[in-house]
Parts: sequence; structure tokens; C-alpha cells
Amino acid sequence: MTPSLGALGLAYLRIGLTGFGGVNAWARQLLVEEKGWLTEQEYAETLGIAQVLPGPNALNCAIGVGVRFHGAAGAMVCGVALFGGPMALLMGIAALYDAYGELPLVRAVLTGIAAAAAGMVLGTAAKMTGKLRPSLPLLLVGLGALGMALARVPLPAVVLGLAPFGLLAAWWGMRR
Amino acid sequence: MSEESPLGALVLGFLGISLLSVGGGVAVLPEMQRLVVETHGWMDALGFAKRFALAQAAPGPNIMVVGLIGWHVAGALGMFTAMLAMCGPTSLLAYGVARMRQRLAGRRGLRVAERGLVPIAVGLIAASGVLLAAGTAEGAALPWLALGVTLGSALFVWRSARSPLWVLGFGAIMGALFLR
Repeated sequence: MTPSLGALGLAYLRIGLTGFGGVNAWARQLLVEEKGWLTEQEYAETLGIAQVLPGPNALNCAIGVGVRFHGAAGAMVCGVALFGGPMALLMGIAALYDAYGELPLVRAVLTGIAAAAAGMVLGTAAKMTGKLRPSLPLLLVGLGALGMALARVPLPAVVLGLAPFGLLAAWWGMRR
Repeated sequence: MSEESPLGALVLGFLGISLLSVGGGVAVLPEMQRLVVETHGWMDALGFAKRFALAQAAPGPNIMVVGLIGWHVAGALGMFTAMLAMCGPTSLLAYGVARMRQRLAGRRGLRVAERGLVPIAVGLIAASGVLLAAGTAEGAALPWLALGVTLGSALFVWRSARSPLWVLGFGAIMGALFLR
């Protein structure tokens, strides 16, 4: 089933504005379960490509979905719709932060949320590791990235230095 | 460094980061923190962690933290410039690849790339969490309590399928009660 350009745009506007805590889970729910525009497998493949490419996953995924149904126009509409709502909201949030961010209560609340958000990131990493069930070589590659990043090794060295080992380990693991 | 315009520094910094951001926005937070806190001194580690928290608490992609940094450095223009630098070039790449998508999907080479690169992304995401937690605890009134909130929320997100908004709300309440 092919959605119209307008329907796609509206869907991504909704995904952007409802997507608390990262939008990928919300995008899957709307595109696969509610609208039925993509099958589970098609969505997983689109997201997989989006995650391998550099750039924000959610945006790469939106571009993939847009191209699938409406080519360049679809990519443009999905990308702009995804960011349009949150960008407008964010300008308001940034202005409020400038005005009230240093009030003691606001400072304290934001520090608490920041501590929780850091934990959310750690929990996500743990969850992803559990789902991947990596082989020992792949686990070592992941731990290598963690250690190098904490030692403040620059990103290019981490990614370019570990990618060959990661690819080799993945290839080796899939050979059998 | 000082004669460099802030807009130029935003563009160059985020352009460079975006091209290596395999695994998405959260994976490159350590590099963003280096750019924002260490290289340019635009804010301290707690300020960085708070902006990330705002971007998490607001709806939309996590990458919106880049917009908040841009806003802090150069206002609305900085927000749009930073977001465009972070998202523009990689979008063109994603578009190009999406056009070849049917030929790529399910291919063995793509699965090798996915399996091989995802562990790097996960390692970088874990490092982001550690750095954010350290930056927050360092600036908080009660560092051990901030670390406790971080650990509790990590366990909750890891072990439960409930919405992460619960932990952000819990963090807000703990902050209001104890971190003044």
C-alpha cells in the first residue's frame, strides 16, 4: 500500500512530535503496526541501513522510507516533517532555558534529569548488548570502543581503527 | 582559535563529527563533549549533560542536542547552522544509498557491515553514558546521589520495557528534592 505524499508528511510530523526518548520505536509503531505501510521485515531493513550509514539514524531512516514511496520528494518531505515540529519546540525550550535555567529549583530539576538521562544511555547500551548477544571478538571490539572513548582517543581513530576488526570478526562469525 | 567565528567553528566541528557518526547521535556524544567543553570551552560538562537531558526530555530525535548547542553558541542562526552541518551531508549520502536500497537490502555485505559496526556504536554509546554521568555528578550538589539516580535509571531502562519518560520524571523529582 502506497501512502500519499501528504499522508507521509503528516505521519512523520506526528512521529517527530510524539517521539519521546528517541523516535525509532515510535516510527516502527506508526509505520508498521498502525498504518501497515511497511512490513516488520521492510522496516528492520530500512533501519539497518540507516544505522550503518553515518548521520542521525532516525533521519536516515525517514529518508529511506520517503524514497521508497515517493523518490526525492518523499525523502525531502519525511526529513523536513521529522524535524519541523521538534525544531520549533526546541527554540521555545532553548529560550526558556536561557531565561530560567539558573533558577535554583530549575537547576536542581535539570541536574536530576541529566543524571537520569545518563543512566538511560547506559541502560540502552546494556539492552543493545543483550539483544545482540555478540561473539567474543565482537564483544572485545565493543569494549575497545568503550575504553578508547573513555581514554579520550579522538573519534576518527576509534571508528577507523576498530572498523576493520569489527568487520573481520563479523565476517568470520558468519562464515560458518 | 580566537579569531575563528563561532558559526564557522560550529559548521566545521559538527560536519567532521557527522561524517563519522556511525551508530547515530548518541554514539558521538564523547566527541561532541570534547568539541564543546574542551576545544572551544562553550560550556562546562554539566551544562553539556543538561542540554542532552533537555533534548532527551523533549520529543524528537536525540540529535536535537546539536541544535541546543548551536543555540547557546550563536542563537537561532547557530541552531539551524549546527543542525544543517550535522544532518545535511549525511542526508545526501542516505538519499544516495536509499536509491540503491533494493539491491542492498538483505545482502551479505550489508549484514557483515551491520554486525561489525554495531558493537563499535554500542561501545561508544556506553562511553557517552559514563561521560554524561561523570559530568553531571561533578557539578551536582550531592555527587553520590546523582550517581545513584544514574545507576537506578540505567537498571530500569535495561530491565524494564516501560517508557523511559518514567526515569526522566523520577530524576526531575529527585533533583527538586535533594539537589538544590
